Amino acid sequence: MKNTEVVPVETSGPEGPPRALPVSGRGRSRRRIVERVIEGCIRGSAYSAIIGLFLIFVFIGKESLPIFTSAQVRQEANISKLFLPQEQLHPYSWQPVSEIPKYSILPLFMGTLKVTFVAILFAIPLALGAALFTSEFSPDWLREFIKPVIELLAGIPSVVLGFFALMVMASHVQELFGIVYRLNAINAGIALGLAVIPIVYTVADDALTAVPKSYREASIAMGASSWQTAWRVVFPAALPGVLAACVLGFGRAIGETMIVLMASGNAPIMSWALAKPVRSLPATIAAELGEVVVGSAHYHVLFFIGISLFIFTFVLNMFAHWFVTRLQKRVLGMT
Amino acid sequence: MIGKLFVALTGLCCLTIVALVAAILGDIAYFGWERLSLQFLMTSPEQGMAEGGIFPAIFGTFFLVLLMTIAVIPLGVMTAIYLHEYAPRNSFLVRWIRLAIENLAGVPAIVFGLFGLGFFIEFVGRGMDRVFLNGQLTFGQPAIIWAALTLALLTLPTVVVATEEALRAIPASHREVAYSLGATRLQMVRWVVLPQAIGGILTGGILAISRGAGEVAPILFTGAAYFLPYLPKKLNDQFMELGYHIYVLATQSPDVEKTKPILYSTVFVLLALTFALNFTAIWVRSRFRRKLRMAK
Repeated sequence: MKNTEVVPVETSGPEGPPRALPVSGRGRSRRRIVERVIEGCIRGSAYSAIIGLFLIFVFIGKESLPIFTSAQVRQEANISKLFLPQEQLHPYSWQPVSEIPKYSILPLFMGTLKVTFVAILFAIPLALGAALFTSEFSPDWLREFIKPVIELLAGIPSVVLGFFALMVMASHVQELFGIVYRLNAINAGIALGLAVIPIVYTVADDALTAVPKSYREASIAMGASSWQTAWRVVFPAALPGVLAACVLGFGRAIGETMIVLMASGNAPIMSWALAKPVRSLPATIAAELGEVVVGSAHYHVLFFIGISLFIFTFVLNMFAHWFVTRLQKRVLGMT
Repeated sequence: MIGKLFVALTGLCCLTIVALVAAILGDIAYFGWERLSLQFLMTSPEQGMAEGGIFPAIFGTFFLVLLMTIAVIPLGVMTAIYLHEYAPRNSFLVRWIRLAIENLAGVPAIVFGLFGLGFFIEFVGRGMDRVFLNGQLTFGQPAIIWAALTLALLTLPTVVVATEEALRAIPASHREVAYSLGATRLQMVRWVVLPQAIGGILTGGILAISRGAGEVAPILFTGAAYFLPYLPKKLNDQFMELGYHIYVLATQSPDVEKTKPILYSTVFVLLALTFALNFTAIWVRSRFRRKLRMAK
């Protein structure tokens, strides 16, 4: 909305600016060459983000392809071994360095889901509640205090949150919930939630404040109280943005590595119990890629996990983008 | 009644978040401060990390983010200039570039680590060794330059977004005046847009550094080392880094209780570094915003 007040008059239209006045012969041509080169660089670097994304996809994808194509790798790890039950006693196990390596990624997948579930359950209500409070109810001075605090939380590196969860929080969580294992899905999930809160809060707060003032005024004029206005008028109007906030938070939780790696106990167990140690997909890559032989089946499986994470978060981002576009259309279209 | 309860509930959410942040920072400040000394900052680790300081990790972090900044600032600033000054508004290409930047910002950090290994080390590094050095292993292994380039890609969206925000704040009339005096577009960008956008560029750069200094997942396989007896001097050296040092101390230490004070102090240093950078960014941004508002 900020950019609508500065309406540029044909400064960057496709037809370009007026030509420079001619300077004397040789200097001009050299200057034009230099100018051409620099402008070429500017145009070229504009593609950097697209090229970056493309290269990520190609090079991680390339390293995971042998799971489908190489006979040697497929003997150890193929799609059915990754996803389907293998033997009677332990149908799904992740034991990549045992004598007969087993590469079932279902326990890892389950671990990721469990930790993400706890993180979402912890972070989204807190973040949305806080966003509603600062955008609708709080006085300005309080808002000016809370926003920087949440920015501060966003600025804490994830390895520091992981450290805190491992060294300090784990014992408290263990005591509070009466859990046998010190490191478990609940502990990792709460720590992960701390990393998710700032994202959800920021996006949701943007969405709520983007709702035009006239909505609130109309609602108050009809005799609604401020909480009714917030809950029945502003929140539904901002709903696409709030959904985008949740989706982005979910994406962050799925992909976060260091917090889960340090706070979860890292045991690939096939169980839905939240009180047991878990191992997530990103944490597995982080823990194992360093020691793996380049080109082995294990190496390719880890890249396969990587490309899956990449594609999954990519799809989530597209969803979030779509939600935000809908919010913009809704809010701008109605004013 | 329900109304008050509702408001109180949302207020409680805020309070919980603030309390959690206070608890984390308070704990780290309290225990981290104890062992902190100039000597701790200026010496190397000794006796399997149980004694000594963290100088190599600090040095490595600075070297790493310096290389990263050299790579990401020109790229990010030029991208933003293209998007805002050159490209036709809302063209197909611009929408795609913006979407790509948005997506790049959402890619998990560990995926960047995989990319750094698969692309920079295995493809670019190995390729350079093959072509220039007859296959002698020099660049085809984890090194500070590959870690820095990986982080540069990770922080690219930060720089682009901050720079674009600064470009947007420059009044259109300034550009028109430059054109009316006969400036070419590049001259206009160089003499009118860039000087005014420098605050936004600085902000983006500082935020990128603070982000890059704290990320561990992308450098796990691209160059960070557990312990090195020497400081990195060449681009293909490995390096120690603060965040990685924390990870190693916290998870791989044989005697957790003994290394705990060192660990806390290291966390304190990293946190102080990132917060100092963030506050500087906020300060620079607010200063330049005020200046622009006055210009308008």
